[in-house]
Amino acid sequence: MKEVELAVIGAGPAGLSGAIESAKKGVNVVVFDENKRPGGQLFKQIHKFFGSKEHMAGIRGFKIGEMLLEEANKLGIPVYLDSPVIGINKDKVVAYVRDEKIQYIVTKKILVATGAMENVIQFPGWTLPGVMGAGAVQTMINIERVLPGKRILMVGTGNVGLIVSYQLMQAGAEVIALVEAKPEIGGYGVHASKIKRANVPIYLKHTIAQAEGKNFVEKAVIAEVDNNFKIISGTEKELKVDLICLAVGLSPLIELINLLDCKQIYVSELGGWIPLHDENMETACKGVYVAGDVSGVEEASSALDKGRIAGIAIAESLQHIPIEAASREIDGIRTRLNELRCGPFGEVSLQGNNKIYQAMRRWENEQGN
Amino acid sequence: MNRGISFSGTPSEEELEKSPGYPPEEIQRKKKVVIIECIQEIPCNPCEEACKFGAISVGKPITNLPQVDFEKCIGCGQCIAKCPGLAIYLLDYNYNEDDAAISFPYEYYPFPNEGETVNAVDRKGNFVSKGKVIKVSNPKVNECTAVITITFPKQYYKEIRSIERIRGEKNV
Repeated sequence: MKEVELAVIGAGPAGLSGAIESAKKGVNVVVFDENKRPGGQLFKQIHKFFGSKEHMAGIRGFKIGEMLLEEANKLGIPVYLDSPVIGINKDKVVAYVRDEKIQYIVTKKILVATGAMENVIQFPGWTLPGVMGAGAVQTMINIERVLPGKRILMVGTGNVGLIVSYQLMQAGAEVIALVEAKPEIGGYGVHASKIKRANVPIYLKHTIAQAEGKNFVEKAVIAEVDNNFKIISGTEKELKVDLICLAVGLSPLIELINLLDCKQIYVSELGGWIPLHDENMETACKGVYVAGDVSGVEEASSALDKGRIAGIAIAESLQHIPIEAASREIDGIRTRLNELRCGPFGEVSLQGNNKIYQAMRRWENEQGN
Repeated sequence: MNRGISFSGTPSEEELEKSPGYPPEEIQRKKKVVIIECIQEIPCNPCEEACKFGAISVGKPITNLPQVDFEKCIGCGQCIAKCPGLAIYLLDYNYNEDDAAISFPYEYYPFPNEGETVNAVDRKGNFVSKGKVIKVSNPKVNECTAVITITFPKQYYKEIRSIERIRGEKNV
């Protein structure tokens, strides 16, 4: 069987930055991705990123993807595309499909960076063609250059809902309205302001009640909701749309890590069930690390930093670098990661992540470590 | 009434006046000056580095609101395209006797043409008045965020922030 020191599963921002950091320090690493293209969600992010210089702020997401790939190539990191990982076990053997064959590779460490999956909400008519997740819509407009609808209703006003609404208009569509069940806009005000300057209404305390149409979406019925998110009858409003786009949150993709008996924790503010992990991103299964959305749904900037931390910690645990050097570098990244999480929007992530670290310490104490 | 950006999607007058990147009225009317409408503490600082004159500071933590030293701002507009939130404008209240000029970021194709008459809109996208495009600037360093400058009757200097999106084929 083939051997490698580190297998990284997922070639998105977290996986690639983890692979790059570890390879820089001499770790022999292979990256797997089930897609035909690397970069995860970066290549459909055509907007400029927030954050600091270290987070590549001001650079458009797809450019960051290109930069990461270039760096990975320079370091000679093999990125196996079209190669879904179908199994991992306690001995850290990774099973993957490549060239239509199941193959195995023996590893010392595994970094799981599988990302997240879009949530859906169900309503009458939700199975009609023309009801789509915002991520899928973003892939269609920004990668495939296909407009999946001309008149759009966006459900959800988190940053994904706001950004994809803006990008739909950039792609030439009309966004008819956004609805948000909560009493406040979820994402950044500056993203909402872009939508408003285009004269698009944002209905707060509203949801999608029904999609109508014969063979595809021709109409959406929206309605006001009460404080328990129940529809208030009599408040329904019809909108003529041909695409209902759902931007209602993401859940960590933990199927692969579920193959290991890895202790998990439910943190609703970070998307749901998350593998317990410490501040170096190592899970309750020794030698198995997580980074990016699978370790708690956040922004791409955080995914980059979490990947870097995991990569450095792995290099240290494989004794490629001394612990002092690793700690110094990790502390620096952690400081700026925590700075990202200052302010009203970051507070939730900060609290969510602290819950995970605390639960991990408790669990370690119980195990007598 | 605007209860604030989290409810309306647009900053209220009160929020703007409290924000350290929003120039006081007398400065807006006195000189060509930057207007930063960034009123939420989000982790972002490219504007700080964009200003070669040290007029914009964010500092640490990165979630601080950008603070503008309006004495140092020379009205060059280099920061406009650097803001990922598209929240920076340049106002020239004294463009001429009747008209003010505003420069704003614009990321929709097609672009308007210089000399063209356009519909100028407020923060909510509502039509305010006709405006005239005097400049469309899209150098490579802007990374595809064009900066458009329009003139309009000066009485609307506190309202006008953009133009109606032009529907049609890409012209560049």
